[in-house]
Amino acid sequence: MPKFDYTDDSVAVIVGSGAGGGTMAHELTRRGIKVVLLEAGGRLTPADFSQDPGVAFGQLTWLDPRTQSGTWDAAKTSPNMPAWHCKTLGGTTVHWTAATPRLQRYEMQARSTYGDVPGTSLVDWPMDHDELKRWYVVAEKRMGVTRRHGMPGMPACNNFKVMHAGAKKIGYKRVHTNYLAINTKARDDRGGCIQQGFCSQGCKTAAKWSTLYTEIPRAEATGNLDLRTRSFVTRIEHDATGRASAVIYRDANGQEQRQKARFVCVAGNAIETARLLLLSESARFPKGLANGSDQVGRNYCHHLTSFIWGVFDKPIYAWRGATLAGVVEDENIYNPSRGFVGGYHLELVALDLPTLPLVGMPYGWGRDFTDLIDNYRNLAGMLINGEDMPQSTNRITLSTTAKDANGLPVAHIHCDDHANDIALRNHARQQGTKMYEAIGARKVVTSPGSVATHQMGTARMSKDPATGVTNPHGRAHEVPNLFLSDGSVLPTPGAANPTLTIVSLALRQAEHIVKEMSAGRV
Amino acid sequence: MSEEQIVSFNRRSFMKTVTGAITGVIAVGSPLAALVPSRAWAVDLGALTDAQGAALLAMIRTIAPHDALDPAAYALVVAALDKDASGSPAAKTEMLAGIASLGVDFATASEATRVTTLKSIEASAFFQGVRVKTLLVLYNNPIAFAHFGYEGEAFSKGGYLFRGFNDLKWLPEVPLADSGPMPV
Repeated sequence: MPKFDYTDDSVAVIVGSGAGGGTMAHELTRRGIKVVLLEAGGRLTPADFSQDPGVAFGQLTWLDPRTQSGTWDAAKTSPNMPAWHCKTLGGTTVHWTAATPRLQRYEMQARSTYGDVPGTSLVDWPMDHDELKRWYVVAEKRMGVTRRHGMPGMPACNNFKVMHAGAKKIGYKRVHTNYLAINTKARDDRGGCIQQGFCSQGCKTAAKWSTLYTEIPRAEATGNLDLRTRSFVTRIEHDATGRASAVIYRDANGQEQRQKARFVCVAGNAIETARLLLLSESARFPKGLANGSDQVGRNYCHHLTSFIWGVFDKPIYAWRGATLAGVVEDENIYNPSRGFVGGYHLELVALDLPTLPLVGMPYGWGRDFTDLIDNYRNLAGMLINGEDMPQSTNRITLSTTAKDANGLPVAHIHCDDHANDIALRNHARQQGTKMYEAIGARKVVTSPGSVATHQMGTARMSKDPATGVTNPHGRAHEVPNLFLSDGSVLPTPGAANPTLTIVSLALRQAEHIVKEMSAGRV
Repeated sequence: MSEEQIVSFNRRSFMKTVTGAITGVIAVGSPLAALVPSRAWAVDLGALTDAQGAALLAMIRTIAPHDALDPAAYALVVAALDKDASGSPAAKTEMLAGIASLGVDFATASEATRVTTLKSIEASAFFQGVRVKTLLVLYNNPIAFAHFGYEGEAFSKGGYLFRGFNDLKWLPEVPLADSGPMPV
């Protein structure tokens, strides 16, 4: 692996190695561009992934402190850890459950479709759905997605048989084993899924796509990648003309380093990306780097969630099999007669026994609480994934009370539920409950919204520099050689799990960067 | 928790300072019996007395009552709390004050009485600390896995692909169009 000089200002620096950063590293290096990839976490291999859920959680999770406020459920259910994502090479693609739905056309035209919803900062995307769809196809072929481009669907597991029967019973039509970036047959030098469950602990067979063992090793094989793990970026510097010039980070030994750069791609997950821009304030950018619009950190979206558990009188063994191998798509529509705008997916889910009482159940204790666990064998499960409303006051700021190990303020997350959020989640809970009751569930239990696993919107793209942080290619309006390559640029969240969209936008952005470099504009 | 740790229940010498202990006998026919060399077990306590350990055990059983779950699983939670209390004088003081707040007869009181007592201290840091520790420990050990029927990791056994991931027979099979074929 090459080691580029700290003073080499011809390299591209990428911050973060997950869906956006890992993909970007491969796309640039395979085109001959020298890349320094900085990842805060260390490098694991699938052989390292623990199968003890508690240990795996410690191996993979971003555990740096955060503070939070607001009325969303996570403030109550998970006060010390509002968001759950990874700090390890491969980022959150190591623990993700691999659902890869596409955003719908109406979701990318949220403001036009939903109208003026008071209290929201809804916008239309500054790009056309057909344009994104073209890149969805490229991304799906790259990752390998079930039910797309010849990859067989997942076979139906027990938990899905319950979901399917319940959904059909109440009249739903679009019910299948989900679009998943998980091999169902050997493909791309990786084997097929053996239905372990344990998607969230890291896939030991690598059947599930992760940049850890796809994009990153391929980038290394080009000879153009200088990968530096355990490297925590603290600041992006700019020169006198306002162009990003260097990235400051703490290396694996805790030493501060300054890597010069021709251009910088930030893909640190939407919370940390916003934090890094805010930390990089300067005389020229007093509100944070590239933040003349004051939109950095605002419009934070996370998707509306709730677990729904059906208790049956016969065994289901829901933990056996790929975690998210099922979906009901019928409610992913625009239909305000339901009492809200936006839509949702009902996704299959199971939790291992140790995790269920920690994150999957409403607060409680005593016999009401234990009844659900006593019936663990007989539980069917699903998870709501719903579109939340962007609000300019739902935002990431720098904490005024807590600092990280480097002495820098941690991210503070403020998030209030909008009335539309509450109406949508309640509707989804009712529909999920109906599904299970229609086929004989003796009890249905729903959980509060859980810790946020999808982070979006904190540096939204826009055509007008006054209303967003980047242009429609994720290029900062104010800093022409700074690109944002993760979920932070999504202007609205839709109801689609964001990874496929992040990968698609990164692929598109890489092509844009290369063209701009050829034209002498980067 | 590993099998090794279960075996250590029987090593009375494994802690230097022993204040109290919780003892029990694993039921005949329990799936756990196969995992341990002896059905009799004891958890040594470093910070807590026998009576304090018994009160804590009763509290944990009231928070998470599973009538048929072997008491050894509950003892693991007591052991974890005892370890926390042994960590610092302040932690021990806090733990002992919390246990004292349960009252002298808590361990032998009826479930209804114990519930009433716990409701009165539900907002306390002591109660919430014990509740969270219960969730963390009680369901993450081989005793609980065996009791609740959770089969755990499957990678070492080739996954669940040929070990029952689709063996449910009491509902109609899903049409192929909505699912996918078994891999060949």
